[in-house]
Amino acid sequence: MKNEIVISAKNLVSGYKDKVVWEDASFEVRAGEFIVLLGPNGAGKTTLFKLILGLIKPQAGLIEVFGKIPSKGSSSISYFPQKRLIDNDLKLNCIEYVKLVLSGNKLGFSLPKVAKQEEKIALEALKMVDGLKFANKPLSQLSGGEQQKIFLAQAIVQRPKILLLDEPLANLDIKREGELIELIKSVSKKNNMTVILIAHDVNPLLPVIDRIIYIANKKVASGLPSEIITSKKLTELYGSNVEVLKSQSGRIAVLGMEGGTNHEH
Amino acid sequence: MNINLMGSFSLNLILDLKEMFLYQFMRNAFEAGTLIAIVAGLVGYFVILRRLSFAGHALSHIGFAGAAGAALLSLNPLVGLISFTISGGFFMALLGKKAISRDVQIGIVLAFMLGLGVLFINLYKGYATEAYSLLFGQILGISFSSVKITFWASIFIILLLALFFRQLLFTTLDEEVAEAKGVSLLRLNLVMMFLIAIAVSISVQIVGVLLIFSLLVTPPAIAQRLTSSPVKGMFLAAVIGLLATWLGLFIGYYSPYPVSFFITSIVFSFYILVRIYQKYF
Repeated sequence: MKNEIVISAKNLVSGYKDKVVWEDASFEVRAGEFIVLLGPNGAGKTTLFKLILGLIKPQAGLIEVFGKIPSKGSSSISYFPQKRLIDNDLKLNCIEYVKLVLSGNKLGFSLPKVAKQEEKIALEALKMVDGLKFANKPLSQLSGGEQQKIFLAQAIVQRPKILLLDEPLANLDIKREGELIELIKSVSKKNNMTVILIAHDVNPLLPVIDRIIYIANKKVASGLPSEIITSKKLTELYGSNVEVLKSQSGRIAVLGMEGGTNHEH
Repeated sequence: MNINLMGSFSLNLILDLKEMFLYQFMRNAFEAGTLIAIVAGLVGYFVILRRLSFAGHALSHIGFAGAAGAALLSLNPLVGLISFTISGGFFMALLGKKAISRDVQIGIVLAFMLGLGVLFINLYKGYATEAYSLLFGQILGISFSSVKITFWASIFIILLLALFFRQLLFTTLDEEVAEAKGVSLLRLNLVMMFLIAIAVSISVQIVGVLLIFSLLVTPPAIAQRLTSSPVKGMFLAAVIGLLATWLGLFIGYYSPYPVSFFITSIVFSFYILVRIYQKYF
């Protein structure tokens, strides 16, 4: 259902032991929204993902996902971690990585009939990201952009309602970056998935995002791109000079964050 | 020390095998060798995937101290070996994955345990024989009671591996996603280190503490280069270890040199051949 609240945070405080990472976070995320999560390194963006996943508990305040306290192991939320080390000697096929999410948390082996079904579901997910041709190729032999596609297939294979993507655009060139964003947008739209994506460079995402959540100076806040993407706000957010330029045709460019490319908005 | 009967090789393979199996110690060696090669290959596949080779090596040295201590107390060395490797494995698992990959700290503990083992061996009267078989393996001296222990340990490992196979694979290949999907990393670390501890303990009987890699690391390293499916990789690793062990025992029977030398040389040659083949063909 569109506009249904899927995540809500009230006066949320997060931290480890005595250290507060950020505090006083209150926001809501609605079904089908495409949100970018911004903030400097170490601000606690991944920590917010861990709270949503139920991997850590808040120090104070309340977080609810689908109206409940989050607990790990939910098939409704998918997590796409930031860094994955792929051993170049490893010859494991892409489909094996996609299947992991379907049955990797189970004990024993799948019955042949179930295994066949899992294979079919994994192939469907690969098809959705245009990665069917890689199904039986070793993941280690794929390029960075292709590997990210496989991990996206892994993230959507259970048809989750929420996709948490931790810097999926890192280390991609401009072309691959654009392609992956388009893919994430189209797949999430077709399946009415809510996307929260951590990025350092907001420029390539400007055409697709509905809202921005940002973490800075131990505070979490959210707003529309038009409210956040201003020189004043971003300079405050990153603690260094960031300039937002707007051309007569409506193109926006953010200078001073990573990249600095132009996009229609 | 070598047990060497040097049977006469007749070129009639069936006759040669029949003659070889007349000896109880050769039957024991083949039975234990078969079980160990299979178990080391299956567990070794995960040792390679999880980059735990050095931790496995360290466990064998910890086991050496345990075995030497057991010998000193007139207990079965295998009992000392298993209890020390399991304790060491659990300790490593509780310290977490980051601790397991800390080479320097593991190296320091490894050296200390080896030193402790040397002291125990020195205090024990049967110094040379016991030390030699623990360090370099002595499959031809394996007793029937050790074969029985090896059999039950192997069955247990295979069942445990089958039970946790998918969770081990998930946490190995994609730890963070596995955790988000509700798999307990600590539990799987404990299972993994327990499996390695038992596999190391029984493998020491054949190849010894110092040559443990020849069964636990080399066959799965070859398998990993040859197949793209985890299940096939595990079975291939077991088959490679099995062939090397059988061939090593067979050659060892007809030659004056140690069986562990032949096993290590066979797997090493196979590894080199695969690397050359993959590079040039």
